Amino acid sequence: MENLILQALSGLASASSLFLVASGLTVIFGVSRIVNFAHGSFYMLGAYLAWTFVTNLPRGHLGFWGGVLGAALAVGVIGMAVEMLLLRRIYRAPELFQLLATFGVVLIVQDLALLIWGPQDLLGPRAPGLRGSTEVLGLRFPLYELFLIGVGPVVLGLLWLLFYRTRWGTLVRAATQDREMVGALGVNQRMLFTSVFFLGSLLAGLGGALQLPRESVNLHMDLSIIAEAFVVVVVGGLGSLSGAALAALLIGELHAFGILIFPKITLVLVFLVMAVVLVIRPHGLLGRPQEAARGTGMAEPVIRAAPPALKWLGLAALIAAILLPPFAGDYALTVLTDMAVFILFAASLHFIMGPGGMASFGHAAYFGLGAYGAALAVKWLAAPMGLGLALAPLAAGLGGLVFGWFCVRLSGVYSAMLTLAFAQITWSIAFQWVELTGGDNGILGVWPAPWAAGKLTYYYLTLALCLGATLILRRIIHAPFGYALRAQRDSPLRAEAIGMDGFRIRWAGFALAACMAGIAGGLFAYAKGSVFPTYLDIPRSVDALLMVLLGGVQTLSGPIAGAIAFTGLQEQLSRMTDLWRLVLGIVIVLLVLFFPQGLAGAARSAWEARDARPNA
Amino acid sequence: MTDTILETEGLTKEFRGFVAVSGVSLRVRRGSIHGLIGPNGAGKTTCFNLLTKFLPPTRGRIQYDGRDITGLKPAEVARLGLVRSFQISAVFPHLTVLENVRVALQRQRGWNYDFWRSDSRLRQFDDRAMELLEDVGLTSYAMMTAGELPYGRKRALEIATTLALDPVMMLLDEPTAGMAHEDVDRIVALVRRVSAGRTVLLVEHNLKVVAGLCDTITVLARGSVLAEGDYATVSRNPEVVAAYLGTEADSVSMGAAAHG
Ligand SMILES: Nc1ncnc2c1ncn2[C@@H]1O[C@H](COP(=O)(O)OP(=O)(O)OP(=O)(O)O)[C@@H](O)[C@H]1O
Ligand SMILES: [Mg+2]
Repeated sequence: MENLILQALSGLASASSLFLVASGLTVIFGVSRIVNFAHGSFYMLGAYLAWTFVTNLPRGHLGFWGGVLGAALAVGVIGMAVEMLLLRRIYRAPELFQLLATFGVVLIVQDLALLIWGPQDLLGPRAPGLRGSTEVLGLRFPLYELFLIGVGPVVLGLLWLLFYRTRWGTLVRAATQDREMVGALGVNQRMLFTSVFFLGSLLAGLGGALQLPRESVNLHMDLSIIAEAFVVVVVGGLGSLSGAALAALLIGELHAFGILIFPKITLVLVFLVMAVVLVIRPHGLLGRPQEAARGTGMAEPVIRAAPPALKWLGLAALIAAILLPPFAGDYALTVLTDMAVFILFAASLHFIMGPGGMASFGHAAYFGLGAYGAALAVKWLAAPMGLGLALAPLAAGLGGLVFGWFCVRLSGVYSAMLTLAFAQITWSIAFQWVELTGGDNGILGVWPAPWAAGKLTYYYLTLALCLGATLILRRIIHAPFGYALRAQRDSPLRAEAIGMDGFRIRWAGFALAACMAGIAGGLFAYAKGSVFPTYLDIPRSVDALLMVLLGGVQTLSGPIAGAIAFTGLQEQLSRMTDLWRLVLGIVIVLLVLFFPQGLAGAARSAWEARDARPNA
Repeated sequence: MTDTILETEGLTKEFRGFVAVSGVSLRVRRGSIHGLIGPNGAGKTTCFNLLTKFLPPTRGRIQYDGRDITGLKPAEVARLGLVRSFQISAVFPHLTVLENVRVALQRQRGWNYDFWRSDSRLRQFDDRAMELLEDVGLTSYAMMTAGELPYGRKRALEIATTLALDPVMMLLDEPTAGMAHEDVDRIVALVRRVSAGRTVLLVEHNLKVVAGLCDTITVLARGSVLAEGDYATVSRNPEVVAAYLGTEADSVSMGAAAHG
C-alpha cells in the first residue's frame, strides 16, 4: 500500500514534466500544424543550458532558479529563431517535409550540443531548499518531486489564463480551431506563429531545465522525450491542451505502476495504451477531427514511365554495379552492399507513401523485424542462412499485418504517429527483453553460409535479392493492385463508391511493404553478422524517410536515387568528419528549402523543362 | 422478383440535433427513372449518402433488391450493384481519364488483389473504357490527368466510371451541374439510353431535365417528403410550388416549367 502511494506520487511528478513538454508541442501543432520533432531537442537544450547557467552563476536560490528560468527563456528565443529562419518558409509544404526539416534541426542540435558540452553525462546540483525529503501521509518523499508535482498544475493554470483571458490567447484558440481564420489574420499571422513557437519552445526548455536535479544531462534526452511527448499529444488529441494534461497524467501513472507490475515491458505498455486509445478514439481523448487534411505529404504523386534517358542511366548504373565490384576493395563492397539493402528498404517505404498515400514514421520496425527474425532463428534454432532469410520477410510481414491493421484505419498525422508507436514497441521489446534478444548487446554471430561468406559473393546475393524485390514492387505498382492502391489514395470516396474496400487494399499494401523491408533487414543482419535494437529505432525510420524524400515521392526512381545518395553521403561524411550529423542536418534543411520535389523530381523537372524549350 | 427495387422506411438523419432527413419513406420501382427534387438544403444529398451507406442513419431501414442493407458498408452496397455519383465530383485526380474508368472495370472483374498482371494485360479493358468515354463525350480527354479536367467534364467522367460497373441501380446526384447546354443534352440522352434494364434515382435542379426523364418524382423539403407522383401532378401541387417559391432562383424555373 505504501509503495503504491509513493509510486502514484512519483507518477504525478513524471506526469508534470511530461505535461510541460507536451503542452508546448500541442500548442505549436494546434496553430502551425507542424509536427515538431525538434521539440525534444529544445527540451535537451533546456537541460544543457540550465546546467551551464546554474554551475556558472553563484550558488543559492537566485543562481539556481535564475539559471533554470534563463535556460527556458533562451530556449524560447532559439525556438523563435528556428521558426523565423526555417519553418516560416515551409508552412505550405507537405507535412512530411516539415517533419523532415525539424528532424534536420534535431541532427544539428545533437552535434552542436556534443561540440559544446562534450559526450559525457553532466550532473547538475540539487535545487536549493528542496534537497531533502518530507513526510507525505506518513511516508518519506523527496521534496523536489513534490515541487514538480505542483509545477504541472500551475503551468496548466497559467496557460489557461493566457489562452482564455488574453486577446492573444483568443487568437491562438481561434487559429487552432479554424485554419481559415489564420489566413484572415493577415499581418498578425507571422507574429502569432512566432510567438507560439516562443511559448512552446520555452515550455520544452523549462521542462528540460527542471530535470537538472533529477537526472544527468545527456545527448539521448532529445529522442527519448520526443517519443513520449508525441504519445501524450496524440493520446490527448492534437492541439488540445487539456487533452495533453489528461494524457500526461495517464502516461505518467502508467509508467509508475507499469514498473511495479510489468518491469520488463513498461515502454511497450505506454505505446500499447496509445494504440488502444487511437483505435477507440481516432482523434485522441479530447481531440477533434482535423478538417480536410492536406494529404499525407505528397504534392503531386504522379507515377509515369521514366524518360528514356533515365532508363539508360539506370541500365548503366546496373551494369556498373555488376561489373565493377570484383575490382573493388572490402570497404567499397561493404558500402555497396549497404546501398543495395537500403535501396530495397527505401523502395518499400516509398510503396506505402507514394502509391499508398500513407505516411509511416516507423518503417524501421519491419526492417528490424526482418533482421531479428533471421538473427533469432540463428541464435535459437541454429537455422541455416536460407531459412533465416526466408523467415525475415515472414516475421516482418506478420508484423506489418498486425500493426497495419491498426495504422491503416487512421489518417494523416494520427496514422503516422501510430506507425511510430508500433516501431517503438518493437524497439522496446528488442531492448528490454534481454533473455530473448540480448537487449542492448544485440545478437552476434549471424554469419552467412560458407558459400556466401566472401564479401563479393554476399554482395552479389544482396544485389540480386534487393534489386529483384525492388523490381517486383515496381511491377506491383503497375499491376491491378497498384492501380487500386493509387485509386484509394486519390479519392477514398470514389473508391468506396465503385466497391473497393479501401481498408483492405491499404492493409495488403502495408503488409507487403513490411515484407519487403523485412528482406532488406534480413540481408543486412547477415551482412553485419549481428543485430542491435538500433536497427529499429527512430533514427533508422527517419533514414528511410530521408531516402524517399531526398529522392522524391513522385517517381519510382526517387527512392533508389535517394538511397544511393543518402548512404553515400552518410558514409563519406562519417569518414571525413565527426560532425556528420551537423552536416547532414544542414543538408536536409537546405534540401527542404530548395528542392521540395526531391533529387529525382528536381532532375526530372529540369529535364522536362529542357525538353519543353523550343529549338533546344 | 418484386416490382420495388429500393424501399426505405422512416429514414432519418440527425446532425447534432439538426434533422437533415426526417422520416423519409421512399419506394423506387424497378426499371424506372425516379427523380428526387427539392430546394437547396432539402436533404437530397444526405438521402443519397444514407442510401449508399456513406452515412449511418439515425433511424429507419433500407431495403434493396429484397434484402436489408441498413447495416452494410459503402463498398458492399456498391458491389451489390447500387452505385452512385457525387454532387461534388469525386474522380481519381492523379490517374488519367482512361485509367479512372479502367480501375472501375478491373474492380468489377475482381482483379483488385492481382499483384502480378502487368500494364499490358490491363489494356484489354481499353476498348470498353474508350466506349464508355465516348458515351459521355470524353474521347479526346482520355490521356489527360483527371485532376486537370474542367468541372463539367469531371461529372461526365463520374458517370462513365459509374456505368463501367454495369450497375443495377444508379444514383446520380446532379449529373448535369456545371455542364454546357449541348453536354446536358448528351447526358440526358445517355441516362435515357442506359436506363434500359436499370433503375435510376436522379437528383436534379434542372427541371426541364426532370420533366423529360423521370417517371416518378419525389419532392423533398426540409428533410421530409412533400409530394410524390409524375411531373404533372407534382408541379401542380400548391405546397410544392410554395416550397420552390421560397427559394428565388428555382421558383422561376419551376414556374416556367409548370406553365410550359
Ligand atoms: N455532415 C453534415 N453535418 C451537419 N449538417 C449537414 C451535414 N451534411 C448536410 N448537412 C445539412 O443538412 C441539410 C441537407 O443537406 P443536403 O446536402 O442533403 O441538401 P441537398 O438537398 O443536397 O441540397 P443541395 O441542393 O444544395 O445540394 C443542409 O442544411 C446541410 O447543411
Ligand atoms: Mg445536394
